[in-house]
Amino acid sequence: MAPKQRTARKVSRNPELIRGIGKYSRSQMYHKRGLWAIKAKNGGVLPRHDPKPKPQAPAQKSPKFYPADDVKKPLVNKHKAKPTKLRASITPGTVLILLAGRFKGKRVVFLKQLPSGLLLVTGPFKINGVPLRRVNQSYVIGTSTKVDVSGVNVDKFDDKYFAKEAEKKKKKEEGEFFESEKEEKKVLPQEKKDDQKTVDSALIKAIESVPDLKSYIGARFSLKQGVKPHELVF
Amino acid sequence: MPFKRFVEIGRVALVNYGKEHGRLVVIVDVIDQNRALVDAPDMVRSQVNFKRLSLTDLKVDIKRVPRKKELIKAMEDADVKNKWEKSSWGRKLIVKKTRANLNDFDRFKLMLVKIKKAAVVRQELAKLKKAA
Repeated sequence: MAPKQRTARKVSRNPELIRGIGKYSRSQMYHKRGLWAIKAKNGGVLPRHDPKPKPQAPAQKSPKFYPADDVKKPLVNKHKAKPTKLRASITPGTVLILLAGRFKGKRVVFLKQLPSGLLLVTGPFKINGVPLRRVNQSYVIGTSTKVDVSGVNVDKFDDKYFAKEAEKKKKKEEGEFFESEKEEKKVLPQEKKDDQKTVDSALIKAIESVPDLKSYIGARFSLKQGVKPHELVF
Repeated sequence: MPFKRFVEIGRVALVNYGKEHGRLVVIVDVIDQNRALVDAPDMVRSQVNFKRLSLTDLKVDIKRVPRKKELIKAMEDADVKNKWEKSSWGRKLIVKKTRANLNDFDRFKLMLVKIKKAAVVRQELAKLKKAA
């Protein structure tokens, strides 16, 4: 209904013969682009639009302090880091072997990769004591054993969920230097315990459907005498 | 101790070194003192040093340098594949291969089975000791 019935504009009206050289000359392109028609419509000159009025910037006071030497401004850096590339062998439901940290050697179920690049992982807690946890991909071996995670919803977990709670700053008093205050034990909020339960209930059902898988996940991985890790197929 | 396995046209051999390691081939011709012309159903006919071959007990009835189709037919008539997989040498190779390709989970299950088997054996041994 609108008068504009133009199809999507091609990329360029000037086909490339060789990189840097188009088929048509400047005057031919002037004709092809129809600049003559635009000028004719506008009385012999190209149409000119007055610049939009800029909103008035607030009047800035002159600063009361100028630095003695010229201060160099750092260059603009708009680089945004992408999350680490996930190895092809690691897909949701893969059993991973943790290689470092408190839970080294534990076999654990992979849930998803968080926006920071870290892997979200769970024991499940009832089977081997590993809670919902973040783990770096470099400290993990991906096995080829997969668990069915279709019944688990992990949308609510992201990096903010695992952030440490900001502690209120205590003002230093002289007396406190010599007293060793017992720090209050950090209790896990009930919400996190419930999250663990909901995630694990679906997982445990899937795990128990496969024979021996539960004891497999409950056991730790270790190298035995004569075992060569570079020859092992995981 | 006379020799029992000879290099002859039709002798089935196992390549034990190089790119074709582990492949069963048939000696189709002898080139010179050191090399044989060798062929298999899924391989381009090529020369191989005798030092890279381990002779097997199996033999196929072919003429010198047969066509591929004739070679395949002769191998099927001699039933090379089945005989090889049933022979103790062939079975050992298959076991080695499966063991090398065991998953971490498979190794765990294997360990459980070994423990069970050892427990049964120990029980029986205890019974025998008690009887004696």
